[in-house]
Amino acid sequence: MQHSVGYTILFAGLICVACAVLVSSSAVSLSEMQQANAALDKRKNVLLSAGLAQPTDKLDAARVQELFRTVKPVVIDLQSGEAVPGIDPSTFDQRKARNDPDSSREAPPNNSSISRLPNQAVVYQVLNDSGELQMVVLPIEGYGLWSTLYGFLSLDADTRTVRGLTYYQHGETPGLGGEVDNPRWKARWPGRIAFDSAGQTVIEVIKGQAGPPEEDPHRVDGLAGATITSRGVTNMLRFWLGENGFGPFLKRLRDTRKSS
Amino acid sequence: MAGPGRKALLDPLFENNPIALQVLGICSALAVTTKMETSVVMCGAVIFVLTFSNFFVSLLRNNIPSSIRIIVQLTIISSLVIIADQFLKAYLYDISKQLSVFVGLIITNCIIMGRAEAFAMQNRPSLSIMDGLGNGFGYSLILLATGFFRELLGSGKLFGHTVFPLATEGGWYSPNGLMTLSAGAFFIIGGFIWALRVWKHDQVEEEG
Repeated sequence: MQHSVGYTILFAGLICVACAVLVSSSAVSLSEMQQANAALDKRKNVLLSAGLAQPTDKLDAARVQELFRTVKPVVIDLQSGEAVPGIDPSTFDQRKARNDPDSSREAPPNNSSISRLPNQAVVYQVLNDSGELQMVVLPIEGYGLWSTLYGFLSLDADTRTVRGLTYYQHGETPGLGGEVDNPRWKARWPGRIAFDSAGQTVIEVIKGQAGPPEEDPHRVDGLAGATITSRGVTNMLRFWLGENGFGPFLKRLRDTRKSS
Repeated sequence: MAGPGRKALLDPLFENNPIALQVLGICSALAVTTKMETSVVMCGAVIFVLTFSNFFVSLLRNNIPSSIRIIVQLTIISSLVIIADQFLKAYLYDISKQLSVFVGLIITNCIIMGRAEAFAMQNRPSLSIMDGLGNGFGYSLILLATGFFRELLGSGKLFGHTVFPLATEGGWYSPNGLMTLSAGAFFIIGGFIWALRVWKHDQVEEEG
């Protein structure tokens, strides 16, 4: 059918408006639920990474709330490693801070395609009943094959022993790099030592199989068919445990432990 | 049910299956079928998008200027896909996380634009809905069967419940790793195509 140019433009405009209204109204009306889901999911991952909950547990909102009582989120200054008291960790948005030039800086060259670093970051301290530090959960991110992987790394209070690693958002190939979510692979992490005796970050995801943590403390099995994602995991762990990541914060933790 | 409606609904199941005969929509059939759970949700999303895109395109078919018809179809399809994605994120957050980009990629699923262009542009809305449902079911049939075999043989489970206890967890079954990879789906889909053509000889292409 032949239509005039005017009709074609008018029709295109109307379709665009109608679709835009539909899409934006669904996005706006559902955004609250989506944000609640995302926040719950993040807390869940903090708990899973710290080993406070098991992947097989049924974690509804109330249960997560209850388990989260022992977890104390703290906003720290990345470069000094000191706690920043003035900021509420529950509303602090680290990704937003990273993207805002006023609250971030350019990242030094790295292998994880991290271009900006926030000035502040949220870490989660897991305390026991008497308020002593048991574990610290650090947010990490870095590039894999297709996507940036966002996750949490839990370290023991000694700041050297890995207690868990969990990713809560990534776009890696399902079945290959996406296996970073596989509980059996995640179970390989607890007990690995991230640093050597000289304080260098030596943790590495290798190609093939690594031994048990007692014999092979610094290495973890690679993901079959996902060499680049595995390398991405190594790179981001080394970056975030290093001096540009949480190094100053971890050093400060070690110092306070020594003096106490 | 009337003849053409019934034909539009049922033909895509075996006679003219979008995956097995037309070999469309293979990308998502490989990507999301490692588990039944994700396969089911993906099928639901595709049925939703396909049925409504067919309906809206058919409704507008006499008004769409032919010079921009493809982009109009695409606009309608992508809007529906975004809406489906938003709903999954709000109500089935965990599964939508596993499906990740593949919900968004429904936009590029050839079945959907293929049906809009080949069927909905020529037929009335009620028939187009039937065609959308039928092709959605035809797609789902292959996806669910593939998901069934891949989850069962690849991880010994169905819907996350253990069916074959794995040797690594104290059972007897050694999972077939190929099934968890995309390549495994090729074998299963290929097997379906073969079985279907043994059953229905007229689907076999003539040799050059």
